Amino acid sequence: MTTKAATKEVTAMDNDSRFINQEQGGIPVIVKVLAFMIFIILVFTGIANKLPQVEGQAPKDIKVDLGALTMDVYIAMGETLFKGKGTCTLCHNNLGRAPDMLVMNMEETAAERIKLAEYKGDAKDSESYFFESMVDPSKYVVPGYGKKGDPSPMPTIDKAPIGLSKIEMGAIVAFLQAKDGGEPTVELPTDAPAAAETASAPEPPKPAASAEEALTKYGCTACHAVLDSPSTIGPELKTVGSRSSKEEIRTSIINPSAVIAEGFPPIMPATFADQMMVKELEMIVDFLYESKGADTVQDASAETAPATEPEAAASTDTDQEGEK
Amino acid sequence: MLLQKPPYKNLIPAASKSMLTIFALFMLLSMVMIAPDTAWSSSDAAAVAEPAGEAVENMPAPTMGPRDYRQIGSMSSRSFVWVVAQLHLFLAAFVLAVPLFVTVIEWIGVKTGDQRYDDMAHEFMKVSMTAYSLTALFGGTLAFSLFLLYPTFMGYMMEVFGNQVMVYALLFFLESGVLYIYYYSWYALRYGNKKYVHLTLGVLLNGVGTTLLFVANAWATFMMAPSGVDDAGVVTGGIWDIMRGPLWNPLNLHRFVANIAFGGAVVGAYAGYKMLSARTMAQRAHYDWMGYTANFIAVLAFLPLPFAGYWLMAEIYAYSQQMGITAMGGILAWLFIVQAVLIGTILLSANYYLWNGMSRCEGAKRYMWLIKYIAVTLVVSFLIWVTPHTLILSAKEIAALGGSHHPLLGPLGIMPAKNIAVNLMLIGTFLSFQLYRRADKVITVPWAGFGNALMVAIYLVAIANVIFLGVYFGYFTNTVYKVGSSVAQVVSTLIVIISGVVIDSMMFKGAKTLPVKWGHISNRGVYALFALPIAFTWLMALMGYVRSSVRTHWHVYTVMKDNSVDNYIPNIGHAGNMMTVATISFLLIILFIFWVASLSETKQALPAKQSAK
Repeated sequence: MTTKAATKEVTAMDNDSRFINQEQGGIPVIVKVLAFMIFIILVFTGIANKLPQVEGQAPKDIKVDLGALTMDVYIAMGETLFKGKGTCTLCHNNLGRAPDMLVMNMEETAAERIKLAEYKGDAKDSESYFFESMVDPSKYVVPGYGKKGDPSPMPTIDKAPIGLSKIEMGAIVAFLQAKDGGEPTVELPTDAPAAAETASAPEPPKPAASAEEALTKYGCTACHAVLDSPSTIGPELKTVGSRSSKEEIRTSIINPSAVIAEGFPPIMPATFADQMMVKELEMIVDFLYESKGADTVQDASAETAPATEPEAAASTDTDQEGEK
Repeated sequence: MLLQKPPYKNLIPAASKSMLTIFALFMLLSMVMIAPDTAWSSSDAAAVAEPAGEAVENMPAPTMGPRDYRQIGSMSSRSFVWVVAQLHLFLAAFVLAVPLFVTVIEWIGVKTGDQRYDDMAHEFMKVSMTAYSLTALFGGTLAFSLFLLYPTFMGYMMEVFGNQVMVYALLFFLESGVLYIYYYSWYALRYGNKKYVHLTLGVLLNGVGTTLLFVANAWATFMMAPSGVDDAGVVTGGIWDIMRGPLWNPLNLHRFVANIAFGGAVVGAYAGYKMLSARTMAQRAHYDWMGYTANFIAVLAFLPLPFAGYWLMAEIYAYSQQMGITAMGGILAWLFIVQAVLIGTILLSANYYLWNGMSRCEGAKRYMWLIKYIAVTLVVSFLIWVTPHTLILSAKEIAALGGSHHPLLGPLGIMPAKNIAVNLMLIGTFLSFQLYRRADKVITVPWAGFGNALMVAIYLVAIANVIFLGVYFGYFTNTVYKVGSSVAQVVSTLIVIISGVVIDSMMFKGAKTLPVKWGHISNRGVYALFALPIAFTWLMALMGYVRSSVRTHWHVYTVMKDNSVDNYIPNIGHAGNMMTVATISFLLIILFIFWVASLSETKQALPAKQSAK
């Protein structure tokens, strides 16, 4: 509608003073308009309340009793930091923003990288490489992940906003070394200065106490015939130990698209590598490997139960009393 | 004749001269106060506060403890400030936006010589005037709340911004002065050259208002991406270094454009309400035209908003990839599903209003058969846009769904599908707009057939291009091409819009105009004018929340930690409830404003006794 045309028609209507027959005794316009607007607002509110409800908690500082710290607790702390306060999984995941470190064997990867011509750092082993990558990430940028000018988009981990302490970075190094079955070379912080004794570290989440609890926790029973579940959406797992090795089972969990069982849709979530703690993954792998037939299920679960004790200890070893 | 030539000596009235002098003095004072090389600049604020000769180093950002936070009873401080700040921002956006398009409408009135534009502009301003004082009241309440509940944080912000806040206060005085003169001199400066003085006042008002907006934006962007301070928060630069952070200009542009869309939508609701309550056909026609104009302003300003938003988000990523991912791919990512619902509501409402508006003109019947196809495209695209990628499900739900990704909906949840959907929605909306513009025309240019065929070809090629780029590069190549192809999709959409405007303006030359019956839109169609401001208001609250929440547990990102009990990002439901509280409160305030604006038109009938005399 052009401006001139609009003007012409408004002029024509302007002198039309005919009375419009308003409905007498009906619902007033203001009430109808208000009800309509509030209805729309409530629809928006309803949608917001129907979506997944997740809170983003700020990292909480807790005291760590360095004297009682064990390597298992230190590794668990590293995993929690990796997925929590360190915000590493924000980019290091399966969405392609940065190398998916939880799937990669980082010990082997580190050994290869420090030999590359493009590597500009001073690291001689995986421990020093991991430390260096956190405080100076541009020493080596994986091809395809850099950006113009400032080579690495990764923040410096020991500075704000992440601001991990040296002890916390050591825990992440221990986790990265241990997660693929390696032996951590990083030393436990036992003689830290007074200030560092109250190093901040997030409270490690409580792991599942048994393989059965872990299988239920991660919803495996929804698709697989395992424990009491008769589900046939995914391959049955009650006899999986008779047809797969431990390594194959582990790979199927952390990288389900690597091998798709014939006759089943590729629908298994690829997020378990991010979600599961190392101990939980190993408990499930052991449990499934021992599941070679219906009779062995109970025995296997009985055998795996003691394996959870160190993890339980890991939770209690940490003084969880907050500073605040 | 509208423009009568007055004697030259009256060209600039004495009042305007005085005001211009005050403005000049004010600007001089402001420049002196914020100039980086004077003792009044922020970086030297400490030196000013101390006796001469005793240089004092600036303080780092304080570490916050429980004593640095206060509460009003058991009320959450964050919730209280959240609602008050949101209401202040709603009202401020409205009062800053209205004079922008009012001045343009006033100018159109001068150019066309039609007083109705002038009357409409004046009526828009009348609505805005009541809102202005309420903006100031909420602004004052917000300032007091912040100083009461977050005294240490506000102390640090005062340390950083120093005398700049007084510039803001002075600008507010100036804004008030110019606003009152602009509004109350409307009829005193209506004709002849005096009208140009009035228009100049309008430009001045918008200049001051926009400066106010930019000054306040600097506080928000400093909290997101601090500049002019070191890692500990110690001020190292002048006030210009502090204000000119990496996100300042993107936010300035985004808020400036969004305010216009928001203001247009709110006055559209005013016109819609007045139209439904009209007692005569003349009133109904007038407010129908007013509603159409307001809707036009809102949609016109809305169309470039995605590009302004893209720039802001690109700068956020450039500043901190972590911050960008927190917004778009982290805990806040689900909010973009709600954003899709809101923008879908806006586009569907705008289209519905245009389709209903076509009933004003007999010539529109030629195009009605196309509406159902546009409607289907919009609805299907909208449903694709709101399809989530990943779902947090219970084991039972996973079993019922057949996996975490529904086999049919999984591919629709990712960005390539959404890019196709959004671009098709924009193209569909432009087609509705183009059909509406053509409804009252009979094109007479000899090449009309070729022009129409060219336009149809552009639409078909663009739609095919948008779908092909999305499907091929989105599903059959890697991520790098996926991102690159989205730019080509947007270019296809822009080509449709630009070529449509150009081809139509050439084809409309010498076109025969068909009659338009203002006021003949259905009442149901007018309700779209109420859906628009609600969706805009909720959207503003939502995106403001996302912008603020990307700071996570920092008052000032990387410099000053938030150690309050509210230092977490609340879940979407809680945030949505807060937005609803703010939106309903704003709705009630706006109804009050409309009522007050209407009150001035109401005249009491002369009592019978006096009438008899």
